[in-house]
Amino acid sequence: MPTTLFQVKNVKKHYPIKGGILRRTKSEVKAVNGVSLEITKGETLGVVGESGCGKSTLGRAILGLEPLTEGQLIFADQDITQLSRRQLKPFKREMQMIFQDPYASLNPRQRIGAAIEEAIKIHNPMNAKQRREKVLSLLEEVGLKREHYGRFPHEFSGGQRQRIGIARALALQPSFIVCDEAVSALDVSVQAQVLNLLKKLQSKYELTYLFISHDLGVVRYISDRVLVMYLGNMVELAPSEALYENPVHPYTQALLSAIPRTVPNKERERIKLMGEIPSPTDPPKGCAFHTRCPIATELCSQSKPEWRAVGEGHYAACHYVGEELNA
Amino acid sequence: MTDILQIENLNIHFRTAEGSLSAVHDLSFSVKKGETVCVVGESGCGKSISALSIMGLLPENGHIAQGKILFEGTDLLSLKPDQMRKMRGNKISMVFQEPMTALNPVFTIGYQLREPLRIHQGFSKKQAHVKGIELLKQVGLSLPEQRMKQYPHELSGGMRQRVMIAMALACHPQILIADEPTTALDVTIQAQILDLINDMKEQLGTSVVMITHDMGVVAETADRVVVMYAGEIVEEGDVETVFNDPQHPYTKGLLASVPKVEGELTQLQAIPGSLPNLGEAIVGCRFQSRCPFAMDICRSQAPPIYEENGHQTRCWMKEGESIADNIVPS
Repeated sequence: MPTTLFQVKNVKKHYPIKGGILRRTKSEVKAVNGVSLEITKGETLGVVGESGCGKSTLGRAILGLEPLTEGQLIFADQDITQLSRRQLKPFKREMQMIFQDPYASLNPRQRIGAAIEEAIKIHNPMNAKQRREKVLSLLEEVGLKREHYGRFPHEFSGGQRQRIGIARALALQPSFIVCDEAVSALDVSVQAQVLNLLKKLQSKYELTYLFISHDLGVVRYISDRVLVMYLGNMVELAPSEALYENPVHPYTQALLSAIPRTVPNKERERIKLMGEIPSPTDPPKGCAFHTRCPIATELCSQSKPEWRAVGEGHYAACHYVGEELNA
Repeated sequence: MTDILQIENLNIHFRTAEGSLSAVHDLSFSVKKGETVCVVGESGCGKSISALSIMGLLPENGHIAQGKILFEGTDLLSLKPDQMRKMRGNKISMVFQEPMTALNPVFTIGYQLREPLRIHQGFSKKQAHVKGIELLKQVGLSLPEQRMKQYPHELSGGMRQRVMIAMALACHPQILIADEPTTALDVTIQAQILDLINDMKEQLGTSVVMITHDMGVVAETADRVVVMYAGEIVEEGDVETVFNDPQHPYTKGLLASVPKVEGELTQLQAIPGSLPNLGEAIVGCRFQSRCPFAMDICRSQAPPIYEENGHQTRCWMKEGESIADNIVPS
């Protein structure tokens, strides 16, 4: 029986927009609008969606980097939503993050050895020699060299910097890592190296990943299950294979169809989505996707579709789930 | 079909603090009328710089050391700045990756759209305005009259890219150079923009030079593909041949490292190592340090280009195919 590592219950994150002389809240950006998930130990849960769908906010909210507007976070059977900073400290070492741009997340004046060591200093009672040894072994673990210890971030290429970011995240032996667009800034040949490294580390240390990306190919490669988001809402959640072979939500279908294939075929018909993504300050009523949906009806503009099961571990939020999308 | 653009032995150098760096070596390819040529490669391979050199827009520290860029038989490099200005935006135009930085934030869309029409076509302000609205309609923007009065920051990324395309096509150019036109956009918007470029190309008979790093975009749009690595063309051919029967190890590696969204899920074959720096002196083949098939000759001598039915490959393995079949990756 697989154990649940992380439970996310109805998480909402709204950002107020203030205006006027009294700085009253005029409206809100509903970045994440009710997401519930169970993340199983050792799995990779992919989160995909276009810009502004709330995938990054979800990742930050789960790690406690953003206070929640509403909802509950349960990590290893403990409710961590209401904990104070001090109470959270033991949990924080279990949860780490890998960022999109490692250059922006590294201090340009700090040697990378020191950057990786920093977290160990705070959390682990090790002496300087042990720490150094630990950092050196981490460097080798992520495919860098021991002599890189004393170098500065600018001396590394993009792929190497991302490896430093991974070493930093691994320093405290966490069980859960959020990868936020971790390979998006890399060239494909290097991206494949980093993806393979993440997979290797996962099986070695039984890591659980929440892998956030806009690239559906990358997400398919690394994920066991995939969540599709649109405008802060959950659209579809399914085991990776089911989602790519048999997507049921019209948005997932259109998203998959929009991706250019690496097989030359000018005749391939895409499902065309009209228009642009609406602003999250003023999301459409009813189903958030109805303004661009090819099969939307009157019902979709009035009531929000329920989250329903459509197969083994396969869920979607659509009134017409299961009906063929003819495009 | 006739060649509208021919690039011959183009060499681009940059003056830097570390001396003169060579960014592009002996680049030669041609574009036929009505054809889409995709130039694909990873960052630093010289693809964008080559595009800028066609437009005569190299940054100040860059210069063309050698070579020719022939447009309808005229060498663009021999033109005086004011003659080149008459070409740019008129006969040859360009769409950039980031439309927010390419559009001027302090002028309205209308002003920027009227500009090429007034300069190159001699339209009056009124005529240009009417034509501008028509162009915005053509690229599929809603409420074109209103858009003319708006500023770039009021539009979304996809809409800005449509405006850029409208501007680029305003004077019916013979060649449209698109430098990563969809890289900053979401996939559903990317699909719309790629379709738009294709439709426009068909309607107007424009030739397109598309610069991209995305093999998917290449497969969907190109007639012919030029694969670049570290400033050189490593493979060139029509799109079906290059994708179905890639010859150069780099092209093969590039195709094997793209995660697919359909078909069987296989282990990604990453290309080991990383891209060489511009300043690095490379002896022999430029891909040699990352190539799984590298032989002694690759480390000492740069390979020539081998051609077979219009499919060109710069690799020593093409020298005596029978030997290559027996080589196993080291």
